[in-house]
Amino acid sequence: MTDNNPLLSVRGLCASAGDLEILNGVDLEVYAGEVHAIMGPNGSGKSTLANVLAGRPDYTVTGGQAIYAGEDLLSLEPEIRARMGVFLAFQYPVELPGVRAWQFLKAGVDARRQHNGEEELSAREFQRLLDAKVKQVEIDPELVRRAVNEGFSGGEKKRNEILQMAVLEPRLALLDETDSGLDIDALRIVSDGVNKLRSEDNAMVLVTHYQRMLDYVRPDQVHVLLDGRIVRSGGPELALDLEEKGYDWIREEVEGGK
Amino acid sequence: MTTTTIRHPQYHQDHLTLTAARPVPAWLNDLRAAGWERFNEIGFPTARRGNERWKYTAVAPIARVNFAYPFLTTESTENTEIDFGFSAVPALSAFNDDEDKLRQHLGSLALLDDDGFTALNTAFLRDVAVVRVPDNSDTPVAVCVNHGGFPDPEGEQRYARHPRTLILAGRNSSLTVVETYTGPAGPRYFTNAVTEIVVSEGAQVDHYRLLDESPGTYHVGTTRVHQERDSSFSSASFALGTALARNDFAVTLDGPGAYCSLNGLYYTGPGQHIDNLISIDHAQPHCTSRLNYKGILDGNSRAVFGGEVVVRRNAQKSDAQQTDKNLLLSEDAEVDSKPSLMIYADDVQCSHGATAGQIDAQTLFYLRSRGLDLETASRMLVQAFAREIVDAVKPERLRDYLESLFDRSIAVKSLPVAFA
Repeated sequence: MTDNNPLLSVRGLCASAGDLEILNGVDLEVYAGEVHAIMGPNGSGKSTLANVLAGRPDYTVTGGQAIYAGEDLLSLEPEIRARMGVFLAFQYPVELPGVRAWQFLKAGVDARRQHNGEEELSAREFQRLLDAKVKQVEIDPELVRRAVNEGFSGGEKKRNEILQMAVLEPRLALLDETDSGLDIDALRIVSDGVNKLRSEDNAMVLVTHYQRMLDYVRPDQVHVLLDGRIVRSGGPELALDLEEKGYDWIREEVEGGK
Repeated sequence: MTTTTIRHPQYHQDHLTLTAARPVPAWLNDLRAAGWERFNEIGFPTARRGNERWKYTAVAPIARVNFAYPFLTTESTENTEIDFGFSAVPALSAFNDDEDKLRQHLGSLALLDDDGFTALNTAFLRDVAVVRVPDNSDTPVAVCVNHGGFPDPEGEQRYARHPRTLILAGRNSSLTVVETYTGPAGPRYFTNAVTEIVVSEGAQVDHYRLLDESPGTYHVGTTRVHQERDSSFSSASFALGTALARNDFAVTLDGPGAYCSLNGLYYTGPGQHIDNLISIDHAQPHCTSRLNYKGILDGNSRAVFGGEVVVRRNAQKSDAQQTDKNLLLSEDAEVDSKPSLMIYADDVQCSHGATAGQIDAQTLFYLRSRGLDLETASRMLVQAFAREIVDAVKPERLRDYLESLFDRSIAVKSLPVAFA
């Protein structure tokens, strides 16, 4: 990896869903080893940003670019992005009745290995990997034996996303409100998982509505997204300000500064 | 003097030739004659005169061809390649034993009045595959009846076959039985199968029906099941697409405490048509029925599902559920699903539902976001849809066989981009 280039560089990103413009020129640079938090009120475009970067087909990119590891990310199919190490933890993970977790995760790992010119894992090798990850993120092994997310509680689904992240070992993890809808125990487990998985080689972008996850996962940078644009960036203290004062003061400052 | 019009002279000729060919007991000759008479009277069914049973399926492609009766030897009609590790009952065993039992049960459930297909099958009764487990038999029995093909599949002649199966599970017996229908590629042939199943008091029968005929085939299957008190009947019907397939399956719960579970999984490819008509008659109180059919439809294929659950006036405490779910792999596929409940008792628990839909774009994106390409993701989702039915198959070898058969047969490649 060329160390002085950002892992992800987003410039002037605009995106819409149908006729609705949601992102209006997002700029963001994320370096390996960093954790960024994206905060903002409902409807500001936080989730859209994460989903556009992962390639969700519901959105149309109408301007700007995103360079990931030297590649034009937005031109790639979602599965190619995933194989290059981009991972999206879903806000609402999808239930897959009849799809065995084991088969699902192995297919993902093998797709990435193939992309990198590596051999597929044998069943035994994959089992070893899976067992280790289950232990690492402290997930109930029973969840892995069931169909993916089928009949899972909200908290179980979010934990399962963290397990998938652990198994797929992304270089860039986008967590879309992974903290919402969790009780305090689940939040701690999810946060612990995130902390264990962060390293010098990967980066994480946490999209979150609340400050509380940031009590557990300390971000390097906090960004405030408002009306589809990043209007403030700062250190962890910015999140505390937001928690205390809400978003209105930022909106006033931004609009007053125009 | 009255003149009887002969509707299908070639069938009549073959029927007469069969009758003359080999001496059989008089009762059998009478049964055949009654079958012919009835068929000649009513012919093939049509949707006319409000015939709901055939509303969505036209049998004209069958009716307008004179399928020849092949006069085969027993060996040539058996498929000896299918092996689930069970003992195989000769698909067409001769009328050599249990004559009283045969006489008592043959035609007792599959009635000549049902429709022309049962009558036609009866007119051509020659051999019957008989599966019989005695009363209070301690040993569970597992058998397979493999209805195979025809000689000379390369020839131009188009054949009909009329397989007949009689399954008698004695009191408190335990039976697993697999019926398979296979056949050669080549000229389109016509299978007109009738199966009668008696599940005696306290007996437990696991029944599997596999339709894996050549894609251009016409198949009409009529299955009639009679359940006595406290009996249990589980059936799973698997069908890979043919030009026209009809699965007319009716169960009568005729004793308190009887339970039946009818599952189905079908796949149809371009140009194919399948019609499942599943009827459950809650004739006695305290019976439970479960009906769960799933279809995977590709191309411009069409599936018809009719679920008819009747709860009679005295059948209190009946518990009935039926569902039909269809997965459409193409925008040209069509489903006509008509689950229906007719309830004449007042203390019952009944529900029904039907769905038809394409693979969900959000679901597909979830799989792609984990690195799976469209084809792999689609295939995984289609297999998952089928798995509920396949996983319920108890014999392991049969389950593995079915899983790989469906995986191989479903051309998921045709699914992708339109849904992404």
